[in-house]
Amino acid sequence: MSTADLFLWFFGGLLPLSAMAYFLARGKALTSEKNNIRMHSRPGFYGWYTVIWVALPALATSLIFSIGHLFHLFSVPATMLLATAFTLGGAGLWFGLGHIKADFRARPAVEKVMRGVLLSAAIISILTTLGIVLSVIFESIRFFQVVPVWDFITGTQWQPDTAFLVGAGRADEGVGPLMFGSLPIFAGTFMITLIAMLVAIPIGLFAAIYMSEYASHASRGRLKPLLEILAGIPTVVYGFFAAITISPIIVEIAHAFGLEADYTNALAPGLIMGIMIIPFISSLSDDVIRAVPQSMRDGSLALGTTKAETIRHIVLPAAFPGIVAACLLAVSRAIGETMIVVMAAGLRPNLTANPLEGMTTVTVKIVEALTGDQEFDSAFTLSAFALGLVLLIITLMLNIVSTIVVRKFRQRYE
Amino acid sequence: MNKSAEADIAIHTNNDAKMDTTTMANDLNNNEAGNTTASFMNEHKSPRQRKRERANARFHFYGFAAIALALAFLVFFFVDIIGKALPAFDETEVLATIHYSEAASKNYNKAIDKKMRGVVSRAWLRNLPAYMKAHPELMGSSVELWMLADSRVDQYIKQHDGHGLKSKHKHTVDAMLKDGKIRTVFNTTLFTNGDSKLPEYAGILAASVGTVFTLLITMLVAVPIGVMTAIYLEEFADDNRFTRLVEVNINNLAAIPSILYGLLGLAIFISFFGVPRSSALAGGLTLALMTLPVIIITTRAALRAVPESIREAAYGLGASNLQTAWHHVLPLAMPGILTGSIIGLAQAMGETAPLIIVGMMAYIPEAPTTILDATTVLPAQIYTWSTESMRGYGERTAAGILVLLAVLLSLNALAVKLRNRAQQSW
Repeated sequence: MSTADLFLWFFGGLLPLSAMAYFLARGKALTSEKNNIRMHSRPGFYGWYTVIWVALPALATSLIFSIGHLFHLFSVPATMLLATAFTLGGAGLWFGLGHIKADFRARPAVEKVMRGVLLSAAIISILTTLGIVLSVIFESIRFFQVVPVWDFITGTQWQPDTAFLVGAGRADEGVGPLMFGSLPIFAGTFMITLIAMLVAIPIGLFAAIYMSEYASHASRGRLKPLLEILAGIPTVVYGFFAAITISPIIVEIAHAFGLEADYTNALAPGLIMGIMIIPFISSLSDDVIRAVPQSMRDGSLALGTTKAETIRHIVLPAAFPGIVAACLLAVSRAIGETMIVVMAAGLRPNLTANPLEGMTTVTVKIVEALTGDQEFDSAFTLSAFALGLVLLIITLMLNIVSTIVVRKFRQRYE
Repeated sequence: MNKSAEADIAIHTNNDAKMDTTTMANDLNNNEAGNTTASFMNEHKSPRQRKRERANARFHFYGFAAIALALAFLVFFFVDIIGKALPAFDETEVLATIHYSEAASKNYNKAIDKKMRGVVSRAWLRNLPAYMKAHPELMGSSVELWMLADSRVDQYIKQHDGHGLKSKHKHTVDAMLKDGKIRTVFNTTLFTNGDSKLPEYAGILAASVGTVFTLLITMLVAVPIGVMTAIYLEEFADDNRFTRLVEVNINNLAAIPSILYGLLGLAIFISFFGVPRSSALAGGLTLALMTLPVIIITTRAALRAVPESIREAAYGLGASNLQTAWHHVLPLAMPGILTGSIIGLAQAMGETAPLIIVGMMAYIPEAPTTILDATTVLPAQIYTWSTESMRGYGERTAAGILVLLAVLLSLNALAVKLRNRAQQSW
């Protein structure tokens, strides 16, 4: 029996059983009410109480069986799993129905279980974080058993695979040892992030100032959703646009100035990424600028300053921590952005300061390592997880710092 | 406002503003010394004051220019994408004679005249043997009918550079054009086919069905878990260490790059739990974890917007926590929750990176029938087409983008509309 069939049988059996339990128990409670026996709880709660007795033991045992199977501890045949689950369900139905008496407090019992269910939903988000951290760390440890950590951090040569040289009959040209120096990759990430920030911070900040200080309420209501369209466009679309439209334009312009530009230059993905990030900076900064108390503006204007002077010398310094936090979040987004750079930036790690040359980023290398046809255990594939670990650490740190800064800012004005 | 904060800001601004305030004071003094009534008239402004006013106007202009620049980009972007996509909604057909012969049922190329090979789409001809098997009465007849043209002919008719049509075919096509044996019709192939190795036969159907399957799983997993988490945090949780941990954790999850969710999906769902690679199930679960923080955060905001008096009224009538949440708070928060779910759905729909990592960029010519089949989604299809070198794929990529954008923008518009309607003042 396949897993899909097992699921079908399991829920196909359990759901009708639960529905039956609900209506039987509720019916029993209703009949007692009709016979003028006052029940402690509403009849529906007796129904749910019985459902819990039917479903919970069955679900719990099958969960234990599945865990045993996954960790190769013990294996139970599918038919036995189904038989156990349904027997427990039937027993639960009998047991639950037996409990329905006038003085039985069904509501607190049901609420206790529901609280547990809600709590386990909340725990899933913690499990997700754990899952990300553990999956990245375990594979990274395997990677660092092959490649020394220090070489990975400080090496300037990224040469994970020279097999293709052998395949091309150029074996003598440079089949050296595998090298995993990630410095050029991080340099590329840094360069593209820098370009993106040079675009996004001025435009986003001025847009926020305009919307919060100058625009009327009505035009602000129209401008904000329009700007937010920029954040709603999928990154794969931006990637296509950067690669097909912007890159050739940049190459043309560079030619006009007598410069040499690659089609995989860092400028195109950087510019487009910056435009994508504008709404992040503008709406976060807009919020903090509007949180600055009006009395401060009034005080400054009353001293005879112009509006621009008030904004520059009073409002912006007051909102500064919030703006910094917005920029940090934007940086973390730019570093983790994938599709734009996969489609528009290069594949070749390149340690250079010239944005017109092709360079590559962490996310490009992760995608490259995991979409190739290398076996899962090769150092090349595992390198994706090591890069992912660094990416995770950087974005988490940026996020934590920005959260602390925002909290300080809030405390100031609340 | 807090006193120390004021002092802090004063220190902040002091250095920058010192110069300006002293000169400002001078300006005021000069004015007072001169004609007081005229000092507020325009013609008696000091140069310093004019400079400041110019700076003021300049600053206003910068703000306006930033917005204008962003919106200009938006216009340029849409014009460019629509311009690239529009040709893809037309396809070229050629009128040619087809021979249903014994030879054609074995080798589909023999069904048409030799000079038409390379003009008629090979992908279209490939279906002939199966069609002839289903209609044995056609055997031996010859029919003239409109057939799908090869992509190179299509590109040539649309006068695109780099169409790649060979010169011998070019003569045939020019002659046919003169005889009216070539026509352009609305491109239905784009919407009724899956992926193909030949651009004229490639469509978005398989990817669209895959998108629906994947998003269905995403929503079925993410919305209940997200809403339950939000209810727990807002209505049930005590303010203790665990609750704060969950809150910090959710904020961090929202900031984690989507590609790391792909690594999670690969390591946990595929390698550990054995979910089939490239399946809608693997992709849907991965996206569900990614959407979860969005849904939790928006649902919490919606629950918080329900005034405390509603809860107190319910408690006063003897309702329990659960009854209050279920019968009163949740229905009132519903529009907000719906808005959040739609925004999460739109975000998941446009996501590509984690799905590529879990293998959803495979070549999928047929629409999937179960959630365990190998599947691709619309953004991944756009990505694979954009890496194809043949000219015909370029416009199909843009067309796919246009379809995706249309769906996403209408979802977002729906969310904004719902939000506006839900903004109830209590």
